[in-house]
Amino acid sequence: MSGKAKYFTALRGRESGREYPLDEVRYVCEFDFGPLEVKYDYDAIKAVLTRELIQSRPPNMWRYKELLPIEGPVTVGEQTGFTPLTKADRLAERLGVTGELWIKNDTVNYPTLSFKDRVVSVALTRSLEFGYDTVACASTGNLANSVAANAASVGLKCYVFIPQDLEPSKILGSQVFGAHVVPIDGPYDKVNRLSSEIADKYKWAFANVNLRPYYAEGSKTMGFEIAEQLGWRVPDNVVVPMAGGSLIGKIEKAFNEFKKLGLIDDRHTKIYGAQAEGCGPIVEAVKNGTDLIRPVETPNTIVKSLAIGNPADGYYAARGIQDSGGYAENPTDPETVAGIQMLAECEGVFAETAGGVTVAATKRLLESGKLDPAECTVLCITGNGLKTKECLEGQFTTHHAIAPSLKAFDVLYDEIHGTSQDKGKVGEPALT
Amino acid sequence: MAITVLIPTPLRSLTSEQDSVEATGATIGEIFEDLENKHPGIGERLCDESGEIRRFVNVYLNQEDIRFIDGKNTAVADGDEVSIVPAIAGG
Repeated sequence: MSGKAKYFTALRGRESGREYPLDEVRYVCEFDFGPLEVKYDYDAIKAVLTRELIQSRPPNMWRYKELLPIEGPVTVGEQTGFTPLTKADRLAERLGVTGELWIKNDTVNYPTLSFKDRVVSVALTRSLEFGYDTVACASTGNLANSVAANAASVGLKCYVFIPQDLEPSKILGSQVFGAHVVPIDGPYDKVNRLSSEIADKYKWAFANVNLRPYYAEGSKTMGFEIAEQLGWRVPDNVVVPMAGGSLIGKIEKAFNEFKKLGLIDDRHTKIYGAQAEGCGPIVEAVKNGTDLIRPVETPNTIVKSLAIGNPADGYYAARGIQDSGGYAENPTDPETVAGIQMLAECEGVFAETAGGVTVAATKRLLESGKLDPAECTVLCITGNGLKTKECLEGQFTTHHAIAPSLKAFDVLYDEIHGTSQDKGKVGEPALT
Repeated sequence: MAITVLIPTPLRSLTSEQDSVEATGATIGEIFEDLENKHPGIGERLCDESGEIRRFVNVYLNQEDIRFIDGKNTAVADGDEVSIVPAIAGG
């Protein structure tokens, strides 16, 4: 197993710079507990990885495999990624964006409809390389769904640990794959602490605990795809939802790696972050001009997938945002619901609450002048609305059932539009 | 006062591979001093040069994050359990 890695050579402490060999499972620097990063041989990668090679490969996240930390073939999630990047002209008009606005749409990621499928395909492929037979995770829902589904696809045993108050769809969406779903009485940070203790004792592959250095790298593919799909260029701005604060840094890293490899010419993107008002420790740090994260003890928001009070990568996220010239916002829950509806009505994309936060944060950033409406902006929409549909209860009028007769519909039509004068002629669309 | 301290894997090389050890003291800070006396080298892993708990080290007293109590001055009592946990990615 060890020694086969062609393009990555070690794990390295992000703070200490100390290096560790690849043949043991490690996840924090032994010296200072700082995160470990995968160290790549960029010269070797640059010698082989070209735009042409990438474009010749199937449309999934593994078209960038030299920049992902697995040693052998892809064994889990071979078809994950390469989700649509859609030009969002109607949303742009609604928000007052005069430049380009794009949606990176991971609501349709494979197999479990969130960006977490990216990180899990790397983590579980790597866990098989290490010889594990049981995988696990601490999760606010989406990661649990993805670990459970991908584990089932290769016959791995699976335990997922979640806060007990998650949305029913996210609980069911793990149970259906045969995973052991363990609800914990407490917010995510307590789930996290317990998972760390379980990982130590039970020797399982925890995607986001002991496999974190590998897991986290999967997030880069969202950034790689954005740059490729924009025609090998980066946007002026990217707006990213933040929970633990990992994705936002990995998108930045993705752009930096493409620049380093000569796959893009310019790297100037301003990074913007979004959290909910009821749990916004990273946003608060950015607004206060500091990188000191004040943890939120009891998150209180409908945006449960982002409700992490003590974000492990919050320090790096806050610094990355500030160093790039970006900013951050934490809209209220009603703004989030309005954001979900705006995205759905304008673009036909149904996002979960984290997507609503991203749209609502973008609206605030535009209104405050922090985000330039004339520039090119990409919104990262990371999860599917069918998993958090409870937040929309009571938002819509449901028409009563009518008899299967044209007359009955005429009556209903008049009820809807308040008039019988304006039914339109044959061949002419009447409903607007 | 005997306090149980749960030791995470990255620190077990300093505790003869024990996953929990006993320590004494009236506060978290005193517990850390006692740990350093019994397991030399562990102190600098937990606290930086200025004595502050390192950025990526989380310390829990009976499952509560001591940042929400009184930091290193948090009082401990006989029978309490202290857990040292590295920061973990999101989910």
